[in-house]
Amino acid sequence: MITNGQRKKLGKERLQRVIDVCRSVEKGLDPFSIDIDDIITVVREYFPDWDLPEELCLDAEAIHQLSSVIELQSDWVKRRSTSLYTDPFLLEEKIQLLSKEEIVKLFLKAWDPIVELEQMSFHSLTQSLNYWASLLPLSERWQIIAPLKVDAGATTREELIKQRIFVEKTFSETLEAFWEELKKKIDGEDRIRYWDFIGADTYLKTIERAYMTSFLVTYGYATLEIFRLEEEIFIKPFKKQRSLLGKKQMNSIPISINIEDWRKWRESKQE
Amino acid sequence: MERKQARITRKTFYARKIKEAVHLLFFQHHRKPGVKGWELKRRLGSNYPKMLNILDNYLEKLDLQVKTIFEEGKTVEKPTLKHLDKARFYITLRGDLNSEEAKLIGWRIDDIAGLAIAISFITSKGGVVPRKDVEKLLRNKLPDWRVDMNIKRYMQSGYLGEDENEQLYLDWRTRAEIDQKELVELILTADLKLHEGD
Repeated sequence: MITNGQRKKLGKERLQRVIDVCRSVEKGLDPFSIDIDDIITVVREYFPDWDLPEELCLDAEAIHQLSSVIELQSDWVKRRSTSLYTDPFLLEEKIQLLSKEEIVKLFLKAWDPIVELEQMSFHSLTQSLNYWASLLPLSERWQIIAPLKVDAGATTREELIKQRIFVEKTFSETLEAFWEELKKKIDGEDRIRYWDFIGADTYLKTIERAYMTSFLVTYGYATLEIFRLEEEIFIKPFKKQRSLLGKKQMNSIPISINIEDWRKWRESKQE
Repeated sequence: MERKQARITRKTFYARKIKEAVHLLFFQHHRKPGVKGWELKRRLGSNYPKMLNILDNYLEKLDLQVKTIFEEGKTVEKPTLKHLDKARFYITLRGDLNSEEAKLIGWRIDDIAGLAIAISFITSKGGVVPRKDVEKLLRNKLPDWRVDMNIKRYMQSGYLGEDENEQLYLDWRTRAEIDQKELVELILTADLKLHEGD
């Protein structure tokens, strides 16, 4: 006996497969290789099971992709019914039979090449002059530079860290510290808004925090909760690290962090 | 006397405007050759279709023509001024080149044959074809190592374009220079015509 949860999972998988197949048609697959009736039956079969917004979004996406396929089928029929239609297989056959010279002879009858004169513009002349003026004389450019003699000396670990040759902490240490920060920031709740966690005083710092957050999720220190309709993303830390790598099918979730979003977030924080 | 003077002035005006049109159309001003209708209107005045007509008649003697390519390569039976303003105008060859002359353009016979194959194939498939299908067809006529190189060259010249799904489509230069319908018809009826010519 199949449980409700199992049925939902199966339904989601089938809808996702429908979406993927429809997308492959947009990339060049024959639109008539899709059985529309069959897909509609699948969509209709699982529709009564959906109640969460995410599930309804998936259903809507499947219908949207299906309508694109129907549009492609319609275009195909329209094109075939016009006088401009030529059977590509017949053409391929002809191309293979003809020699290169014969093809060129035919092409020249349909080809009216553009007559054009390329010339120096005032802008390109100015650019060339500036380039020429900034060039060093050949005697200087072709000079053989003797390797610099540097006396050997001692340095400290701090100095190397300052020069960014060494890093202060290993990446895993930094990531764990970041995880601790996330756990503190949720402040008794079990999750925090994604932007409230990654947002920082500067845009650069925000990008850095978003980058680290992506590793928190990938390495199983936290998870994301996405509410597509409300356009809200939450990040939820785990109490213990859960390594999902290699155990489960992983999904990539692209999140755009552009400067406009960052400004909006800053303004909302200041209010 | 006054009427004669007016005629001379009008003639001088047209001669000056046609010269201006020649400068605009022959010399490349932007990244792509050709001039948009609204640019011609700004420089030559709203009567620019008439000037282009006079220029076209004059160029006929030189086996050249003023070619109008409407927006998105559409065919317009009776173009309005609005259509013309949005169209692009080029100077192209009016007649045909022969094989010897074609070599002078700087392209090898192989390159031209490859271009003809790619354009006719894409046209027959409705204007968009996966790149790998074009490559496969070109391999019948060109050595393997030249196929990718040639497609890049056709793309750089503006004959073909490629979208994010690795599909090739016909780009602006094909629309301006090649009568796609005629090319496909010529290839499909090639056997008959070549034998008739023999």
